[in-house]
Amino acid sequence: MSKTVFLMFEFCADPSTLEGLAWVACYLTNGKHLTAYLSFGTVMLLLAITAPVSLAFGFAGATAARSRIAPLRWLGKGYTAIVRGVPDIVFFLFFVIALDQAFEWLRHQAFCPDWTEPVRQGNDFVVCPEAKLPLSNAPQFVHEVYGFSLDVLTFAIVFGAFAANVLYGAMRAVPRPQIETAEAYGMSSRQAFWRVLIPQMWIYALPGLSNLWMILVKATPLLFLLGVEDIVYWARELGGSKGPIFDYPHPDWTIWYFLALLVFYLALTRVSEVVLDRLTRRLSHGRATAGSGAAGAG
Amino acid sequence: MTECWETISAYAFRSIGFGERLLPREDFTLCQQFTLIGSGLLWNIYFGAIALAAGFFLATAVALGKAARNPLIRKPCEWFVFVFRGSPLFIQFFFAYQLFVLLPREGIEIFGLTAETRWLTRAWAGALFVLFLNTAAYSAEIFYGALGSVPKGDLEAAEAYGLTGWQKFRRITWPTMLRLAWPAYTNEAIFLFHATTLVFFSGFPAWQQRGDALYYANYFADKTFNPFVPYPIVAGYFILLTLSVIGLFSLINRRLNRHLPSEAKRIRYRPQLIR
Repeated sequence: MSKTVFLMFEFCADPSTLEGLAWVACYLTNGKHLTAYLSFGTVMLLLAITAPVSLAFGFAGATAARSRIAPLRWLGKGYTAIVRGVPDIVFFLFFVIALDQAFEWLRHQAFCPDWTEPVRQGNDFVVCPEAKLPLSNAPQFVHEVYGFSLDVLTFAIVFGAFAANVLYGAMRAVPRPQIETAEAYGMSSRQAFWRVLIPQMWIYALPGLSNLWMILVKATPLLFLLGVEDIVYWARELGGSKGPIFDYPHPDWTIWYFLALLVFYLALTRVSEVVLDRLTRRLSHGRATAGSGAAGAG
Repeated sequence: MTECWETISAYAFRSIGFGERLLPREDFTLCQQFTLIGSGLLWNIYFGAIALAAGFFLATAVALGKAARNPLIRKPCEWFVFVFRGSPLFIQFFFAYQLFVLLPREGIEIFGLTAETRWLTRAWAGALFVLFLNTAAYSAEIFYGALGSVPKGDLEAAEAYGLTGWQKFRRITWPTMLRLAWPAYTNEAIFLFHATTLVFFSGFPAWQQRGDALYYANYFADKTFNPFVPYPIVAGYFILLTLSVIGLFSLINRRLNRHLPSEAKRIRYRPQLIR
């Protein structure tokens, strides 16, 4: 059976005869390029999942940091403090391995209680076969999904800590009399928190959260360092020089691929900026302060 | 203990090419990890300090350019800030490396002078150049914001005293701008030092395994398959570095605000996420 190749255009059947624009059209729509375009979806998927999850983590962190129960408060404060002094990339590299080992260790404890050998043997990390994640006989896509979920979780933890910082500050920025008024109306502190503090907090949090979104967008290429076949991976893969044995031979074009990525990110941040500006203006409608005033220096 | 001293003398300056040539390969001790990662930190300090110092001047110029009325000056400055703030530093490093590799090896002739280009493909110059432009763009945006917040009354008072042009800028506008921008600029400095960890993960090769703190931490984590030792060590070093930066910057802040009553001199440093 002959190998079937997906072709975007009929005339791409024999690349060696192509010239000029037709060559470019066929080159940019060959199988590898189409796969590479999907990796833009990976970036968007990461953003779409990470943003709400880290917001939830941040909310939990900020609420914990305000808690009246001391250990919970320490936990929340510790969580918000970790990202202040340490580069985020250190956390990325750390959590991806650490989480994987933590999950496997937990499963190891649960599934193989009779296992006597230590988990760390010299430079190896050994758990029983049933505790492996994913199981060694799992199909390839399970491995990929597991790896990507770990990356998403890592991003969410790190950006959750950033978000906790922002939300904690925003909760403190809500004027104190608002809460006192709520209490004077007979609300319990829980009611005052949910009905007064939280709805009013968002406008104070928005400049910080907008900023965070920008940082998150600009952190997405770090997926490459975590071993995902993302747009940076494909830029290097496709850009490298291709000898005559390839269908579409070309010299080293990596720089053009990175230029395309640069433009992609500039467009993404520009669009985000416009949307967030509009959102800020709408949310601060009717407030007697300068809309973006809170974004200033601390 | 004596063993550790030997390790320190062998590896303390390994990252800049002195001492033992081979990295440890097995039986990694805590002492080795502390020493080598600390040795790598020299690179982070080198990149951060020089980029920050040089970037400061470019940032001032770009901020003034952005505030200029002439569009021929304003537009390029706006684009410079937009490109460097709008794209990830990681991609900037990759792009710049590819660009530097393409430059002719024998250098470029400019007005009969040969500009050396070879060393731009090396991290010490190439990555430093990118970091310099990057921090200049971020700082320029901070300075530009501060420039717009200089109180009008101050400028009018300066004019009433007969100060104009350069004198007015040097004595009134610039110091006030710095005072206003300083907390945010402190924040930028911290982020810049953090950003230096990206250098050896982004195209620029670590020549003869001379890398920064994270490069060595990553080396140990790969070899021992145990992230729980080297990464906390880097984290510890960076917390110390961050605290030193905050200390240094608040000293400068005190100098900038020396005319104010004493309680106004201190900035309560609240880390912002403006990058």
